[in-house]
Amino acid sequence: MKNPFEQLDRILEHRVRLQIMSVLVANETYDFNSLKEVLQVTDGNLAANLKTLEKEKYIIVMKSFINRKPNTRYKVTEKGRSAFKKHLTALEELIRMQR
Amino acid sequence: MTEHRDYRQDLASIRLAMERSVKFLSLSGLSGVLAGLYALAGAALAWRTIYFPHPPYGYRQHYINDHQVLVKLIIVAAIVLLLSLATGYYMSQRKAKKLGVSIWNKTSRDFLGNLFIPLISGGLFIIIIIYRGYFALIAPACLIFYGLALINASLYSVREIRYLGFSEIFLGILAALWPGYGLILWSVGFGLLHIIYGLRMYYRYDREKSI
Repeated sequence: MKNPFEQLDRILEHRVRLQIMSVLVANETYDFNSLKEVLQVTDGNLAANLKTLEKEKYIIVMKSFINRKPNTRYKVTEKGRSAFKKHLTALEELIRMQR
Repeated sequence: MTEHRDYRQDLASIRLAMERSVKFLSLSGLSGVLAGLYALAGAALAWRTIYFPHPPYGYRQHYINDHQVLVKLIIVAAIVLLLSLATGYYMSQRKAKKLGVSIWNKTSRDFLGNLFIPLISGGLFIIIIIYRGYFALIAPACLIFYGLALINASLYSVREIRYLGFSEIFLGILAALWPGYGLILWSVGFGLLHIIYGLRMYYRYDREKSI
């Protein structure tokens, strides 16, 4: 059997990034301000973690304008979705082992 | 052991983020209770207008033919609706503030959008049947469309909304079968059920957390 510790995704071992991915797999897209509200984190913290996820190609960024105001929306990629699933399975496995 | 707790917290944080991002959780239970009380008061007024001095639970044989009575009933219903919406907005806004979220966000937009599509269709339908004089269908139409609206919106809020929706549809079908009991079934659906489900939501979500 594979060691579940090795199955954990190092990018998602961070609480805020894990929560961003949770929101994005549960919703088609989510914008920056709504994400900030749901996760109750600072602008800087959220932006930095979104950047990391983007660089890893777990999410894509969609910039547009609504009433001339910039609106940034995020969407999970297939790579991100399967990484999230794999990480979740590993978490479940670890909890089961330690029970 | 500390690692054990950490993974559990990871899972809990996933659940929290998913729920908060999808569901409109600022919906206030107490505003449901108040809406129920307004509906009961409105129903009592309607009873005074239509049945007095007979008891409300008797099966009614005659129609509302008097035009003035009809206008009076529509005004009472409109006041109940407006008061309930205003209370719902005010109390949900207070709860949203306590939760640290805004009242107008993605979840409330999804919730209201899905609620109002069947609700407005039902409202127009009811205006037309009033105009055509099918008064026996008013109570069942109110209950059924409201129930459908709740079920449609329930994906974006707590699960009690879904059960309330099914109960309203059930009462609406009963009201269609026995149109003479329309007022009493309307009072149960909009009065009693709102109070019961409102209290349930209050004890389950609002009080224990006391955020």
